[in-house]
Amino acid sequence: MVTTERKPLLLDFEKPLVDLEFRIDKIRELAKENGVDIGEQICQLETQAMQLRQGIFSNLSPSQKLQIARHPRRPSTLDYIKAISDTWIELHGDRGGSDDPALVGGIAKLAGRPVVMLGHQKGRDTKDNVARNFGMAAPGGYRKAMRLMEHANRFGMPILTFIDTPGAWAGVQAEHQGQGEAIAYNLREMFRLDVPIICTVIGEGGSGGALGIGVGDRLLMFEHAVYTVATPEACAAILWKDVSKAPQAAIALKITAQDLKSLGILNQILLEPPSGAHCDPLEAAKILKQGLLQNLEELTQMTSQQRRQIRYQKFRQIGVWNV
Amino acid sequence: MSLFDWFENRRKSGSLSWERQERDISDGLWSKCSACEILVYTKELRANQMVCQECGHHEQVYSDERILQLIDAKTWIPLDEELYPSDPLQFYDRKAYSDRLAETQKKTGLVDAVQTGLGQIEGLPVALGVMDFRFMGGSMGSVVGEKLTRLIERATSKQYPVIIVCTSGGARMQEGMLSLMQMAKISGALEYHRAAGLLYIPILTHPTTGGVTASFAMLGDIIIAEPKATIGFAGRRVIEQTLREKLPNDFQTAEDLLHHGFVDIIIPRTELKKNLAQLISLHQPVSTTHSMVQWEAMALSST
Repeated sequence: MVTTERKPLLLDFEKPLVDLEFRIDKIRELAKENGVDIGEQICQLETQAMQLRQGIFSNLSPSQKLQIARHPRRPSTLDYIKAISDTWIELHGDRGGSDDPALVGGIAKLAGRPVVMLGHQKGRDTKDNVARNFGMAAPGGYRKAMRLMEHANRFGMPILTFIDTPGAWAGVQAEHQGQGEAIAYNLREMFRLDVPIICTVIGEGGSGGALGIGVGDRLLMFEHAVYTVATPEACAAILWKDVSKAPQAAIALKITAQDLKSLGILNQILLEPPSGAHCDPLEAAKILKQGLLQNLEELTQMTSQQRRQIRYQKFRQIGVWNV
Repeated sequence: MSLFDWFENRRKSGSLSWERQERDISDGLWSKCSACEILVYTKELRANQMVCQECGHHEQVYSDERILQLIDAKTWIPLDEELYPSDPLQFYDRKAYSDRLAETQKKTGLVDAVQTGLGQIEGLPVALGVMDFRFMGGSMGSVVGEKLTRLIERATSKQYPVIIVCTSGGARMQEGMLSLMQMAKISGALEYHRAAGLLYIPILTHPTTGGVTASFAMLGDIIIAEPKATIGFAGRRVIEQTLREKLPNDFQTAEDLLHHGFVDIIIPRTELKKNLAQLISLHQPVSTTHSMVQWEAMALSST
């Protein structure tokens, strides 16, 4: 988990904020050197900076949110799992010939109770990303996830999934190993499970690749996370015939947490620390843990039959048509 | 002499103009096979279920034709015809989604990309859904999702098997996340159908891709495919660009999928109906009295 003093990589729309904060630092330095009391001015400037920050981050365009969701320092599945769990044991393999590094899972103790946690895992840096296949799961990843979910079901452990993927891996081997079938199987089986299931989009929800671990009783999403039926780039290329129209596509597709709440797909938006989860990962983890525990509390009050009925209806009511 | 030879001779003698040939084809009297390019009398092609008798190429057929080919005459009861699509995202790329819908509806006579209903196949009752590629590439939006879900729920309550003829370019982007979620919605309905001990057979036709492949197309108890159909999850071009290598010619064909274990049988369209009837009858629930009588008869005959 990145909690060091190293400044997070900056996004282009953060520039006005950065310039202001740089000026504040400079003034503070000068004041120190010359022994001048500038307390009041600094206070004013810091308030200004805070308002500017709030202004920028409460008015982000879908493309800007996409940038935050894809930020290289954004906390990953393993970052969150380790931050919120008392203990954590990672488990491996799909029992079919593979152990997909792009999809991790295992058993954890969350606030004293055993749960199964699993999710897409992106890398910390380029080398790590290549090893993790950028969080793009192969069929073996979805099958590993299913195996762990069956395990959870058998032992009465709630399932918590973390969604953070550009999409399912698109490769020759993935096709030959049944990428479609692996996702489809999970879509069906997750409706059958007796234990509570909570799915949280922590970063990028890439279409079918995300949905393959995304059928649950509750869907949570971080404030600046996105969930797409197709990437804005792909959508722009296909419908606008122009990849540079990706920002328009991002708006049209309705990919933000707020959009999904309006569409009746999302249960809860988890707020992020100012400037995004990557700027205060520990705080983000705290917010996540709180959200998960709250929802778990409600879900464990129900019988498994009640949960399955509500889960079915949650998806059953999605769609808009005329008669 | 074959029709082909006749045309050859005429062309050699210079008396055939290409314009006239094109006109004959566009009049509908003749059809040209898109694989071997042979000219066939359209009536004959239709009688052979749009399968070229010369080379076996399966031309694309659409939902009306499929229903005629599969369902016994006078037994088809269409369902949920009153459902029609909306524009929930008010989507506008180079054209408004609502305009695209209106144009496609006018052009195809269809309301959306699927027709569903109840009918009989050689006297056996089934719930049938047929997707239609003419309607925005068979893309799946709210109406496709809702109609298929209702079909499966109806089949569960009536204890009917479900057959879905699949053809699709994937999820309909203009309905955003509503489209993606239809994948889960339909799969959920299939879980309850399956839990009731009922048979589900998807028929994968050219092309079946994207979100449809990653949901109900791959959930069949028995998965049937048409010969040489393109079936896959990711688009071929996307894979080529990701891997920057040339893909084998048979990649994502029905035959390739069969080889890798994801298709049960490849059945030519001309034999589909009778094979479906046979499969359905093999999976009819057997009454206990009937089987007990059979077992007793077997036991007696062995003494």
